[in-house]
Amino acid sequence: MCGAPEQTAELPPGTDLSKESVLVGKVTDGSSPVGGAYVRLLDSTGEFTAEVVSSASGDYRFFARPGTWTVRALSRSGNGQAEVTVGGPGLFTTEVEVA
Amino acid sequence: MSRQDALVTADWAEQNLDAPNTVFVEVDEDTTAYDGGHIPGAVKLDWKTELQDPVRRDFVDKAGFERLLSSKGISNDDTVVLYGGNNNWFAAYAYWYFKLYGHQAVKLLDGGRKKWELDGRKLDTEVPQRPQTQYTAQEQDTSIRAFRDEVINAIGTKNLVDVRSPDEFSGKLLAPAHLPQEQAQRGGHIPSALNVPWSKAANEDGTFKSDEELRKLYEQEGLDSSRPTIAYCRIGERSSHTWFALHELLGETDVKNYDGSWTEYGSLVGVPVETGPGQRGSGS
Repeated sequence: MCGAPEQTAELPPGTDLSKESVLVGKVTDGSSPVGGAYVRLLDSTGEFTAEVVSSASGDYRFFARPGTWTVRALSRSGNGQAEVTVGGPGLFTTEVEVA
Repeated sequence: MSRQDALVTADWAEQNLDAPNTVFVEVDEDTTAYDGGHIPGAVKLDWKTELQDPVRRDFVDKAGFERLLSSKGISNDDTVVLYGGNNNWFAAYAYWYFKLYGHQAVKLLDGGRKKWELDGRKLDTEVPQRPQTQYTAQEQDTSIRAFRDEVINAIGTKNLVDVRSPDEFSGKLLAPAHLPQEQAQRGGHIPSALNVPWSKAANEDGTFKSDEELRKLYEQEGLDSSRPTIAYCRIGERSSHTWFALHELLGETDVKNYDGSWTEYGSLVGVPVETGPGQRGSGS
């Protein structure tokens, strides 16, 4: 189970948002979603933490602890990144635009 | 072993798709990526259903590996070029596994599926039909595979390299951050282990860093090259990536992969477990 699970906007069964911090969002090119992008979660020092491939609808998802994260996307239409601060448990939505 | 023997570039691969006695193999845990499009002519290998025993926690045995490769149409004298998703984790695992059963000519595609896709190279949905072969495997070469007792005895004496992320190493997470945290075993790491995340050996596009960068990395992280090394992660696939960097690219001679990894060690009764960032910080 180390392979990247299917990325959907829905959370997997059993996800407890009162305990877990979940980062979700879409990769877009400014107007349309970008599927098949490689989405990397980097910690506050820029170090790699995890990577998933965005779904056809551009969605990605990570489970992370509180802190400041960078979500970086690589795609054939370009790269882009966004910062997100996770203050505690809950759902954190961040769009990442590639160009 | 050296970089030229073990690793091929995407350019080389593209020029050798139809080369004789060369078989491209995509390896993943989830083979739907292959089904949606793969390197033209590549066959698929399912890490879970084909390389693992369906009942016991172990690999398929020698006869099982022979049956598997025969059915895939792979011969003993074929050059096998492995690639996959997840930055080649499972392809590196398969590379190590092919070496374990004594396959001579096996190579890893640098950057795997990610670089191939980002480069915009051709993918194909046609599944090749390769005629059945009579593959003969060797007995397992356990000089590259570590088992739990050896790992416990290695505490404080051999290099133990934990290649998981710093949060998994310290015990804050039980699985990588893109997966649900459902495991029941204890969090932490094997005492005396260094934390050198596998990702430090790779570039953003999934290719391996240069030999010079890799040598500097492991030296800076405190790996003592005069001692044997055992690499581990959670289930042994990320540590295959590091085993590949140390043993195949840098040519370190005594390097083993502990495929039981944290899902075995973190569930053992009575063994020592350390939590926190370890002696050398969080792998930075």
